Amino acid sequence: MLEQQLLNALTLGSVYALFALGFTLVFGVLAVINLSHGAVFMVGSYAALALVTRFETPLWLAMIGAMLISGTLGLLIDVLILKPLRARNAPHLIPMIATIGVSIMLTTTAQGLFGAEALRFPDETLPAGEFVIGDVHVRALEIAIVAIAFILMAVLFTILKRSQLGRALRAIAESPKAAWLLGINVEGLFHVTSFVAAALGGIAGVLIGLDFNAITPGMGQPILHKGIAVIILGGMGDIRGALIGGLFLGFAEVLSKAYLSSQMGDAVAFGLLFLILMVRPSGLFGRKLERKA
Amino acid sequence: MEGFNDFWSTYSTLVFTVGVHAMLALSIWLTLSCGLLSLANAAFMGIGAYVSALLTLQLDGPFAAVLLAGGVAPALVALIIGAPVLRLSGVYLAMATLAFGEVVRITILNLEITGGPEGLNGIPLATEGWHIALLLALTVYGLARLRRSKVGRAFESIKEDEVAARLMGINVDRYKLLAFVLGAFIAGVAGALNAHFTFFISPREYGFENAVDILTMTVLGGTSSLFGPILGATILALLPEVLRFLHDFRALVNGAVLVLVVLFLPKGIWEPRRIRAWLKRNKGDRA
Repeated sequence: MLEQQLLNALTLGSVYALFALGFTLVFGVLAVINLSHGAVFMVGSYAALALVTRFETPLWLAMIGAMLISGTLGLLIDVLILKPLRARNAPHLIPMIATIGVSIMLTTTAQGLFGAEALRFPDETLPAGEFVIGDVHVRALEIAIVAIAFILMAVLFTILKRSQLGRALRAIAESPKAAWLLGINVEGLFHVTSFVAAALGGIAGVLIGLDFNAITPGMGQPILHKGIAVIILGGMGDIRGALIGGLFLGFAEVLSKAYLSSQMGDAVAFGLLFLILMVRPSGLFGRKLERKA
Repeated sequence: MEGFNDFWSTYSTLVFTVGVHAMLALSIWLTLSCGLLSLANAAFMGIGAYVSALLTLQLDGPFAAVLLAGGVAPALVALIIGAPVLRLSGVYLAMATLAFGEVVRITILNLEITGGPEGLNGIPLATEGWHIALLLALTVYGLARLRRSKVGRAFESIKEDEVAARLMGINVDRYKLLAFVLGAFIAGVAGALNAHFTFFISPREYGFENAVDILTMTVLGGTSSLFGPILGATILALLPEVLRFLHDFRALVNGAVLVLVVLFLPKGIWEPRRIRAWLKRNKGDRA
């Protein structure tokens, strides 16, 4: 059943890539390892679920709602926590520690509000449909997940490459100070980046929630670790690297689970991550890092 | 005396936990004092706990030897992975040690001898109050001596400016490795002590959350003196007891504490200079 596994891997990998994209964007532009990204992902998932079950919105609308809610959350984290730390010029590990605190708060709140047990989207809200191509069963849901992930990534790539906004963001990634001197609204773009990254994290949460059909308060933690693996694999702050790294990790994980052992999936991800850090800290596709003295 | 006995039978585990947490907080304080943010200490604690518990269960070794082995095993691991890992700095080091921690946790989860996800059960009770008190005192004494020694000053200069330290002729790589290995040793001993009063250990106790907990204690207490981490560990061990009324939202406070301390008390709660300044101001008001 190699084809079936490859399809699963593509689905999982595209969501990993989407998640890691937001993660790496924040690192590239704000130079912050945002360890609350996993919790924001979880919030997105619960937001969509709440919209679907309590307000009976259609799924597509709930997805947009989840993106707005998680995006706003990301914006709040930036304004309330990261901005004061930037103003104080805190050492770069400090914001990382602060986002760990945010992550704990969000996870606990979700557990208090929704309980620890896994929740599901009601069956009738999911796209039904299943095609059989050869031996492979393709769910309409999986096609939708892959399509949404790739469309969003394509939009982000186009914006970053072609638009004025993208050029400004890339300028900030090179040097916030120089960008500021050139008249770029650096603080404003930090907020935009935080919003967009969190929105991408949130929709990734909805997609994983749909794919596994299980939403738990702790679901952000494992994907956060995978996200870390992906952005190190692809080079930190590297957008293209996050895409390739995410897909690669999806395939590595699904295939090692299928052909080695069910527990090996995670070990492969982190073993790989550990090895790459040893051999090539700048990531597989990253540029050589400049020495920071 | 009866009152004390009642108190002890209810709260001895809590007091033990405070002691063990204080040692863990000091273990990460040591690496931080050399400018290294390592998230591997929970994994080192786990290695210490499992090695010592297995020695007790399978070989019935004497407790002192078991504790020593619990410290030496993670120290050896740290020595092996130290050379490549410590070439990384800042967030890269944090990420690498985080990944290492996950590898350790997953390995413990999948080995036969460690009991897999069920963990090890029925570890005999061997840790007594004075063991923890003595080892904690030894740790504090050792670290206080270390701080004022050539090694401690080297750590501090590396923390302040690595390049300058190297130019001064300090063997930066060797000192970093020393801090990393010593930190692993202390965390391992703490893990061994912990395993011998909780009866039961499982891989769940040594994951990322625990690495973060240990870090939180130290950040909360403050890193400018040895007392800071101990204070932080005590507060964080007592918080869940005090906050029982919050039920499911209890851990919320841990997160909030972390955020608030980072925002408003960047040097932690115990910062001698600020406290002295505050005392002086109060005295001034009264005069």
